[in-house]
Amino acid sequence: MGASLRIQNHPIIDFKQKKKITFYFNRRKLEGFEGDSIASALYANGVKVFTKSLRYDNPRGFFCGIGKCASCLMRVNGIPNVRTCIAPLKENIKVETQEKLPALSSAEFNKQHKKTLTVDLLVVGAGPAGMCSSIEAARQGASVLLVDENMDVGGQLIKQTHKFFGSKQERAGTRGIEIAEELKKEIKKLQEQKKINLMVNSTVIGYYEGEKGKHRFGVVKRKGYSSIFYEVVCRAVVFSCGAMENMLLFPGNDLPGVYGAGAVQTLMNVYGVKPGNRVLMVGAGNVGLIVSYQLLQAGVQVDRVVEAAPVIGGYHVHAAKLRRCGVPIYTSYSVKEVYGRNCVEGAVVVKLDENWNPIEGTEEKIKCDTVCLAVGLTPSTRLLSQAGVEMEFIPEAGGYVALHNRFMETTVDNIYVAGDSSGIEEASTAMIEGKIAGVAASLKLGYNQNAKKLLKQYLEELDRLRSGPFGEKPRIAKEKITKFLEKKT
Amino acid sequence: MKEYEKTGVLSLKDLRLPNEKQLEKGVAIIECVQHIPCNPCVDACPFDAISMKDINDLPVVDFDKCVGCGQCISVCPGLAIFVVKHIMDGKALISIPYEFLPVPSVNDKVEALDREGRFVDTVVVKKVVKKGKTWVVTVLANVEDAMNIRNIRV
Repeated sequence: MGASLRIQNHPIIDFKQKKKITFYFNRRKLEGFEGDSIASALYANGVKVFTKSLRYDNPRGFFCGIGKCASCLMRVNGIPNVRTCIAPLKENIKVETQEKLPALSSAEFNKQHKKTLTVDLLVVGAGPAGMCSSIEAARQGASVLLVDENMDVGGQLIKQTHKFFGSKQERAGTRGIEIAEELKKEIKKLQEQKKINLMVNSTVIGYYEGEKGKHRFGVVKRKGYSSIFYEVVCRAVVFSCGAMENMLLFPGNDLPGVYGAGAVQTLMNVYGVKPGNRVLMVGAGNVGLIVSYQLLQAGVQVDRVVEAAPVIGGYHVHAAKLRRCGVPIYTSYSVKEVYGRNCVEGAVVVKLDENWNPIEGTEEKIKCDTVCLAVGLTPSTRLLSQAGVEMEFIPEAGGYVALHNRFMETTVDNIYVAGDSSGIEEASTAMIEGKIAGVAASLKLGYNQNAKKLLKQYLEELDRLRSGPFGEKPRIAKEKITKFLEKKT
Repeated sequence: MKEYEKTGVLSLKDLRLPNEKQLEKGVAIIECVQHIPCNPCVDACPFDAISMKDINDLPVVDFDKCVGCGQCISVCPGLAIFVVKHIMDGKALISIPYEFLPVPSVNDKVEALDREGRFVDTVVVKKVVKKGKTWVVTVLANVEDAMNIRNIRV
């Protein structure tokens, strides 16, 4: 069963033949490939249960797939609490399921003094916004440290196999994966010129008091599976930490097989591993529609898409692509429960009335091994909150967000925000916000390579992209943010 | 609320359609009905037949200028452009964007599907062109199915 989950042929992505890697899982010898994460290699081998819940011993699986939840923690080479979804697979490693609260291993932190890095600009998160921020700031002349938790840069962009909308300036018609490659190349070039220092496999863990005019952060870099502690002192920081998948309440929502859309995309488009063979998609926004289509391209059946709202939230063109492949979209429908012993074996969907309440007697049982949740995202803002910036709850932005001006600066001097962590939107606008934050932060630090003209151009681009009916939600979000900001200052 | 907002399926009433003379020449049918900020089709047209005032406007095809060359099919991020050409003997050529495996070859018989993925007819593949990673597959079908066939199953 395991081998069949590897995608053999894909119409868009070239999964090159990679070197085989042998590793051990609970003393069982397994094989994965170079470039796999530990979790993707396990998944391809048919392992779906990764941990047990603390209270009821419920099985837990690959829920978020991007290092944002705790469902995949395991012990690797004796080191507990390794997030296996973002930890690289290496030859002969020993992976074990761990007891609920493992003892702190002495191997976890290398015995050494902290190292200090001093830069102009720290960029937290190397997704579309963070990559663009770093590139722009480096071009302005600022020294940049770009930190990301994953094995490589790109964030969610490296999973977007569809062509982007927009105009020439936003590389419309180009696939997300190709844009990611272009940005990666640019970052590599700037790295070689010593203008960007890139730290992958690294997490910014906290904000600390620093001297006046400076910001100070703790960064943990994973070397092998243990960690090295760095202190980063910077003059400015851009938080482009992305977002977390929203959960939906229903019985069985914690079963392995219930995954966030980001996890499904990661498994199939980064690692070439199918999440299952038959999927129920929950949510008909652009993410739900796009991921459904990507599942079909990967050779996975999509039973249907259910959407609680009475209308399809995503673009009609994405819905039309699915419909002409024979995938039905049920509006005013939701998932009532998901069942199965250790993993998903099926789901029950139910029709909703105009008040979004389930209508008794309309339940329908669906056979599927995967339930994919595409029910929105919540901005990742914890570091911003810790750094003391003013936050407000703005539903149109997806939750609590940092108040920021149009140059993306928050209420704390020289702390900027960009992309989904400044309010949920999409990759094209995230890239422009990143550019604005990068240029504006550099300009304030005294670097000016035509900066004002660039800012004007990027601000205009952003307005244009948000000016249509689909830009209404982010437009309202940003207006509310501006109003709150005016009240505060 | 429009029906397609609920179903994801357009009806012919939602579209502006060319006349018979224009169809005999071959024209692009753009099934793009929402104001999305997007305009690569305008840039792709070598004959300036697709226009848009603002990036959020709907693309408008000048069916007289359009020659049905199909340059726009593979650049549309929404895969929403098709070319229909009425030819002789009650037949039509339909060009469709396609992003699945296996890719058919010329002269293969494939299943033609409508906007809901329902089987319409078995049709013959006449042309397969790869542009980037999107294939444009042209099939020969009965003229009465030309406005309904929008996908193929190989």
